[in-house]
Amino acid sequence: MTEFMQTYFPNVLNLQDEIIESIWETIYMTGWTALFAGILGILLGVTLVVTDTNGILAKPRLYDNLDRAINTFRSIPFIIMLALIGPITRLLVGTTIGPTAAIVPLVVGTVPFYSRQVQNALLEVDQGIIEAAEAMGSTPWEIIFRVYLKEGLPSIIRASSVTIINLIGLTAMAGAIGGGGLGNLAIARGYNRFQDDVTLVATLAILIIVFISQFIGNYFVKKTSH
Amino acid sequence: MIELKNIDVTFTDKKETIEAVKNVSLSIKAGDIYGIVGYSGAGKSTLVRTINLLQRPTKGDVIVGRHNLMDLPPKELRQARKKIGMIFQHFNLMRSRTVAGNIAYPLRGTGLSKQQINDKVDELLELVGLSDKKDTYPSQLSGGQKQRVAIARALANDPEVLLCDEATSALDPKTTLSILELLKELNQKLGLTIAIITHEMQVVKEICNKVAVMENGEVVEEGDLVSIFTDAQNPLTKEFISTATQIDQALDKLAKHPTLLNLTSEDVLATIAYVGESTSSPLIASLYAQFAVTTNILYGNVEILQETPIGNLIVVLSGEERQRDKAIAYLEAHDVTVSLLQHNQTVFAFNKKQVG
Repeated sequence: MTEFMQTYFPNVLNLQDEIIESIWETIYMTGWTALFAGILGILLGVTLVVTDTNGILAKPRLYDNLDRAINTFRSIPFIIMLALIGPITRLLVGTTIGPTAAIVPLVVGTVPFYSRQVQNALLEVDQGIIEAAEAMGSTPWEIIFRVYLKEGLPSIIRASSVTIINLIGLTAMAGAIGGGGLGNLAIARGYNRFQDDVTLVATLAILIIVFISQFIGNYFVKKTSH
Repeated sequence: MIELKNIDVTFTDKKETIEAVKNVSLSIKAGDIYGIVGYSGAGKSTLVRTINLLQRPTKGDVIVGRHNLMDLPPKELRQARKKIGMIFQHFNLMRSRTVAGNIAYPLRGTGLSKQQINDKVDELLELVGLSDKKDTYPSQLSGGQKQRVAIARALANDPEVLLCDEATSALDPKTTLSILELLKELNQKLGLTIAIITHEMQVVKEICNKVAVMENGEVVEEGDLVSIFTDAQNPLTKEFISTATQIDQALDKLAKHPTLLNLTSEDVLATIAYVGESTSSPLIASLYAQFAVTTNILYGNVEILQETPIGNLIVVLSGEERQRDKAIAYLEAHDVTVSLLQHNQTVFAFNKKQVG
């Protein structure tokens, strides 16, 4: 085994600690971003659905503005976004280097995508059910929490799982410009120093993280669908 | 119980305005089962949705119980809605909740304890006959069962009014009947006032005591069931009734196959309609005894509406012309409506009054 590793993965053996650290950095960035972007995305997704013209709290002006803002942010390529919001990152975190700093652009890059996903998930909830809840005298809050979010849960989980996989992709990109993590490892070590075995291991590690998130997502979708 | 006064509902689009409901006034009394019939697009669904302000009228008053709902602030309107149950064509149950969860939904926040809610759910399930389905998810239920759950949910807050928006339109005829029977039972047991929207006259016939017929956003005719069925004035109402009695279909068939009739110059084809007391058989027997006119019944439909029998027959009256006339006069003297019918058979020409 060691012999095999020494022959084909010489650099990987020397970098074991760094690889483990990179994996943790990727998980760290993904986890915190998922948390912040998740909260913001659900908030915005719900706002979009309820303020739409046919929504339970119709506010067409607010909807239009939000809609446009989300479209605009979604249109900015992430690699440019990283550079673009550098000053804000520095303001919030004090630096633009490292996994913690990467969380800021990652959240900004993920929220528009995720809020759209949440919006679509909630729009799948049958309008008739919303109407029935209104007819039963439910308040808008009750309709949001006890109907939209509960009925839409399987779709939201599915959307979250897609978003997290997307997000893992973004962490790799953020890593390349100094965010750390497996992206950084693959580029800074594997690519720039021609250590292809490191790139390969970084890829495998990312794939494993993706598969695990997908598996967890599917499990919960199944558990919440009736 | 429910008073709609001069209701207008106008939908304004960028391009056009649609008047879905035009100046409709209706009064539904406590204990009524009030049917509103009309074809799709007649505005009946929009109208019923104004009763709990799911659709706010552009103009008019909606009085349910003691409140004019149009004047209520949102919080009180929600309170009032809890006392107005509603069921829908597509049931609108929550997929993520069990049967018990769906029924308990409107009970949360009403101050009942968990145990009390559970007891209430059991009680409601028993009322609709689904006690064994308590922990099932709606996706595992049949259409009729889903509607029963929806009814239980609608009744959770002990409403005085139940609105049914095409509640049986997605169900097969047998299930429709069982749901209608349940509604009738609830009407009698709980004194529930029910408003039913439907495009099927069969549904109205089955349980309503009052009917309104809608067309193009207006109520064209309104009255109690028996008088609407026996004395309809509006052509649309007549059309709806004939779909329920099927007398038109029967006539169509006869018209297509006139040879079936085997008419001779002594025969006339007629429809006979009667209400209540004037039962047909002794009359028909006496037609022969008194006037030597035989009556051949080709088609018959006898309905019992609100305990009043209503008969519609298609008959061939045979006998000498003079005797036939006497027989018809005799029938009419006994409150039986006789209309002679034209037919395509060229055996002889009519010279008496002809009704198409």
